[in-house]
Amino acid sequence: MVEVHLWSGLRAQAGGREVVEVEAKTVGEVLSGLVAAHPELQEVIDAGVSVAVDGRIIASGLTEPVNEDSEVYLMQRLKGG
Amino acid sequence: MALDEYKPQKGGDELEQGHAFKYVGTRPDRPDGTDKVTGRARFGADITAPGMLHGAILRSPHAHARIVSIDTAKAEALDGVKAVVTRADFSDAIQPAPGMAGEMWNVLENVMAGDKALYDGHAIAAVAATSALTARDAVKLIEVTYEVLPHVTDVDAAMADDAPVIRDGTADKSVPPGLHPNVVRYHQSGHGDVATGFAEADLVIEDSFTTEATHQGYIEPHACLGILGGDGKGELWCCTQGHWNVQKICAALLDLETSQLRVTASEIGGGFGGKTTVFIEPVALALSRKANKPVKLVMSRAEVFRATGPTASTSMDIKIGMNKDGTITAAQGVFRAQGGAFPGAPMEFTAMCAFAPYNLANVHQVGYDVMTNRPKQAAYRAPGSPMAAFAVESVIDELCNQLGLDPLEVRLKNASREGTRASYGPKFQRIGLVETIEAAMAHPHYSAPLEPGQGRGISCGFWFNHGGETSVTLALSEDGSAQIMVGTPDIGGSRSSMALMAAEVLGIPYENIRVTVADTASLGYNEVSHGSRVTYASGLATIKAAEAAVRELCRRAAAKWGIEEDAVYWEDGYAKPSGPNAGDFEPLHISKITRRMGATGGPINGHFEATPEGAGVSFATHIVDAEVDPETGSTKVVRYTVVQDAGKAIHPTYVEGQFQGGAAQGIGWALNEEYIYGADGRLQNAGFLDYRIPVASDLPMIDTVIVEVPNPGHPYGVRGVGETSICPPLAAIANAVSAAAGVRMRNLPMSPPRILAALEEQSGG
Repeated sequence: MVEVHLWSGLRAQAGGREVVEVEAKTVGEVLSGLVAAHPELQEVIDAGVSVAVDGRIIASGLTEPVNEDSEVYLMQRLKGG
Repeated sequence: MALDEYKPQKGGDELEQGHAFKYVGTRPDRPDGTDKVTGRARFGADITAPGMLHGAILRSPHAHARIVSIDTAKAEALDGVKAVVTRADFSDAIQPAPGMAGEMWNVLENVMAGDKALYDGHAIAAVAATSALTARDAVKLIEVTYEVLPHVTDVDAAMADDAPVIRDGTADKSVPPGLHPNVVRYHQSGHGDVATGFAEADLVIEDSFTTEATHQGYIEPHACLGILGGDGKGELWCCTQGHWNVQKICAALLDLETSQLRVTASEIGGGFGGKTTVFIEPVALALSRKANKPVKLVMSRAEVFRATGPTASTSMDIKIGMNKDGTITAAQGVFRAQGGAFPGAPMEFTAMCAFAPYNLANVHQVGYDVMTNRPKQAAYRAPGSPMAAFAVESVIDELCNQLGLDPLEVRLKNASREGTRASYGPKFQRIGLVETIEAAMAHPHYSAPLEPGQGRGISCGFWFNHGGETSVTLALSEDGSAQIMVGTPDIGGSRSSMALMAAEVLGIPYENIRVTVADTASLGYNEVSHGSRVTYASGLATIKAAEAAVRELCRRAAAKWGIEEDAVYWEDGYAKPSGPNAGDFEPLHISKITRRMGATGGPINGHFEATPEGAGVSFATHIVDAEVDPETGSTKVVRYTVVQDAGKAIHPTYVEGQFQGGAAQGIGWALNEEYIYGADGRLQNAGFLDYRIPVASDLPMIDTVIVEVPNPGHPYGVRGVGETSICPPLAAIANAVSAAAGVRMRNLPMSPPRILAALEEQSGG
């Protein structure tokens, strides 16, 4: 299982939790696992998120690998100017 | 190389160790320089077509009004008018949705108003006519009946209980119950226990700050030429930071198949984030479809101010605790940002960037995205981060003042390093903040004496940077020169950087490489030039494409020599046998291979498509000296030094230019620039005479120091540099001005009236 850290503003959509465990080997599986565990996160993920895996911020690559011991943070989608 | 072959691994392993550069790091002339100084470069308004019509847009004079009716009969009857469009001429398949999930509808609503005018300048209808003058006359003949509604343009006022509701139901699920409907998104993050941290502090300072909306101030107004037939096939030329994005949005807003609309990016006279979306492009296409003629639309400067996207304005509360030795024990911030009458104010970046430079055990940040009756905000260099730095670094400066501590030593003591848990969650990889602080401390500027009436301010700043979808192709010519097709409009000298990186791989002179920004029909998808991504992502793709060509060049040489492919290597423009066992062959120059490429297997090209995900974050430290005239309240920036981590500077002159550009725009934002709204909700200063950007005489020579802490996610170590440079200036200048004036400046811009008011308030006047 991979521990996914949510930003604390998402607690209301994740049953009051800031860390959710999911079965995942890729970033895409992290996101689908989060929605399976907490369907209310779908709207947030559809609106756009990034995923930080061991400090590397992945903006859109669903196939990027995730290991069981990876540090995974859900982040809001990055864009710039 | 296909996408599935490109798999950056944990921590990023792209960096080529021990690379001895020949071309990268040099400062050749820019390839587009002659075109631009001779007028040969074609910008958005320079494109014409046979039979072309001219467009004009009717804009709302009201900040908030229901559109009761639009009568276009008189306009349509005017001689020379060929088409009039309203919202009815755009897609009705796009539906609103809460928050950013409804962004395509938000863009449509901003391009052409639906039921309501949401801000002064909101597009209501548009005309195409045989001359620009006729089009403007026809616009005046369109009769609109408005029901004027109450409006709000201030971020704090828009959150108050009695504020008019701009669009109920826009808030997404992130917003806690009980907040005004104008609060449409909410962010909260952090770690540790701030209450405990504040209790441990020797000194806690809590303060509030505001910043005003500012415009990117690009010199070239938006301009485009659209051709769209009734068969759904079209062409569009426009000045944009991302023409694939323009293609995608226009196709959606006009119910077209994406591939049937070919979009070409013109040369661009500045963007800074403001040209990452669409405003007039779908309108030109809708007019063209109705008139069956090409339609050109060019914004006036007033339209640029009233109806494109300035940055958000903010209201912020900061609380920081510090021990006598300079250790920060806890930090928290509340960031309220308005982004106009739509969701999207970058409050989450404001919150996430605010404390990122510091290693904090206890940190908490909250952000509110608030709607007001103003134009839809657009990105502006590191969106959200400069405001956060202004508030946070002002409080740190005040803590240093009251505790008698050196401000750079305090930043160094608390600086984020590799392995530090960032205030926004994950741990940092290799970063260069400490190196920028140490370089600033060693710079002669930091120890130079100040004149009477002057003050010195410093600040650190942070930005994420970005990768994004990228396609590049490279084709070799028979004479051994190379042409490269990129899809990222050149907003900061990227063609030069691409040519340098390709020269490095191919081993041919920089001058033998031409880089072209391809149109959407000539190359695979490319994300917008934003997020400081171009030199990183298009650069990485250029290197990979050039390496693919080199592999083929080596194969051709191996075939000629009759040896194995892996017995050939490439060096400085030549294929060479890898050692005595490979055989004794005269090295083959690239031109000797390309001259016969048609007969030895066909054209030699390289290409690369991927979404690089290894963009490294970056930090900067700025030092500013400012002088304040207590009689007039005017400020002069007398010395400025930018120190920033570039990872690896491909073309150092361009990197220095980015550093200086961020500082210059920051000086304008800090001292003079602001959107001023009247009580009627109308913009009062929609022109450069009243909206004062810095001119050359306002600026000092801006010194630069390039720090190079390589990014492991790029073969040469590149980090984006275009945005981080605007993160520290607001704070550094505010700290300098506050020191010079002897009063803490909490509200930007620090224009003469504000400084005089602060001085009078301090003296009890």
